[in-house]
Amino acid sequence: MAIPDATAGRLEWRVATVVDVRDETPRARTLVLDVPQWPGHRPGQHVDVRLVAEDGYQAQRSYSIASPPEDRGVALTVERLDDGEVSPYLVGELRRGDGLEIRGPIGGYFVWDVALGGPLLLVAGGSGIVPLMAMLRRHARADASARAAVPVRLLYSARTPADVIYAAELERLADPPAVEVVLTFTREAPVTWTGYRRRIDRAMLEAVIWPPSAEPHAYVCGPTVFVESVASLLVELGHAASRVRTERFGATG
Amino acid sequence: MAQQPFIARGFRARSARMVDAPRLPPGQYETNDFPVLSAGPTPRTPLSKWDFTIRDADGRSARWSWDDFQALPRDTPVVDIHCVTKWSKFGTKWEGVSVDTLLAAAASHGVGAGAFVVAFCDGGYTTNLPMSDVTGGKAWVAFGYDGAALPPEHGGPARLLVPHLYFWKSAKWVRGLQLVPTDSPGFWEQLGYHNRGDPWREQRYHGDP
Repeated sequence: MAIPDATAGRLEWRVATVVDVRDETPRARTLVLDVPQWPGHRPGQHVDVRLVAEDGYQAQRSYSIASPPEDRGVALTVERLDDGEVSPYLVGELRRGDGLEIRGPIGGYFVWDVALGGPLLLVAGGSGIVPLMAMLRRHARADASARAAVPVRLLYSARTPADVIYAAELERLADPPAVEVVLTFTREAPVTWTGYRRRIDRAMLEAVIWPPSAEPHAYVCGPTVFVESVASLLVELGHAASRVRTERFGATG
Repeated sequence: MAQQPFIARGFRARSARMVDAPRLPPGQYETNDFPVLSAGPTPRTPLSKWDFTIRDADGRSARWSWDDFQALPRDTPVVDIHCVTKWSKFGTKWEGVSVDTLLAAAASHGVGAGAFVVAFCDGGYTTNLPMSDVTGGKAWVAFGYDGAALPPEHGGPARLLVPHLYFWKSAKWVRGLQLVPTDSPGFWEQLGYHNRGDPWREQRYHGDP
């Protein structure tokens, strides 16, 4: 289950350079970082970000990596929390050319790579899509036979269509039945929307995901209540707890 | 290696922030929430099937059912807790049995000593600690939080509580302690996290001082 990583050295703080900034939604922005001597990462891992003010005050937070290992830059997608301290800076203040202190990659359990196989089940709530996007992008860049061996289904719960991060890319990546992307809107959907418009529940999971006999690797990421609910439902439906990996986004500002 | 810190252009502390700075370990921030972090689904063990075991390296053990456990003398520690994901929460109120009490009872049942403990849990989670970090009034097996039963998502029916170390050492859904002569890394400790996890020394990850 757990792969010891005894070879890892100290995770040093490095000053990365922001090489690109992309607004994904009104509240979420992707920062593409050039990180000197980046050791590489696995899809699902995160980094720590440290901000130091002129007066020495410092704040640290963790953010998931959105980019696959083969991309040149390391992309973080950050959602602005209005009462937060770090996310408003990253989403509102930071510009191309700025430096940003990070260290990582961190986390060795909520990771997927081609070698682990599939089927791959991704369940995202809100900005919980970010580490799952690294997995989906990794899958999309794998060679054709590796891709064919691992069918993917993403079930993504967002408040409204405007809150969907990576919307255009998800549309491009969808290639049923190999890669299926299913959205559900919990607050507001256009009248023309024929898909789901409710929170993820047992009936939705039964309709969208594979049966336990297919032994999917499940990755669930989102707010605590969302992850508690989805992970419990997966176990109730008969999926082995050991195949359900979770990452809960607490209230981190 | 002394280095000038890198100043983040235009970053400043939120002015409204009222933090009790001396209580906050480096790199942490205070939260009033109680975030949940676990690697997998929340296990749900009925109390009728719950037990707690202390086992030594020779296989001798002491075991408590839920009712036995509730009959043990209990403490009500009020402690600050610090998660490696950067949040700290001050003045959390717990109810549980001191690990000192459990070890003394186990010893009276012939369970031998160990220099280290491995906490084992429902769901397969483990974490390792030196004996000195769980004795001397520093650790509990807690079943109550804030005047009520500890909720499952926070580790109920019972979790380890070792507040002077990062909170991943306070293993949720704990079912026992294995006493061992030599140290061996637990779940997160094998996955790049620090072997000891002292928040005041900012021992977050493998290789931190």
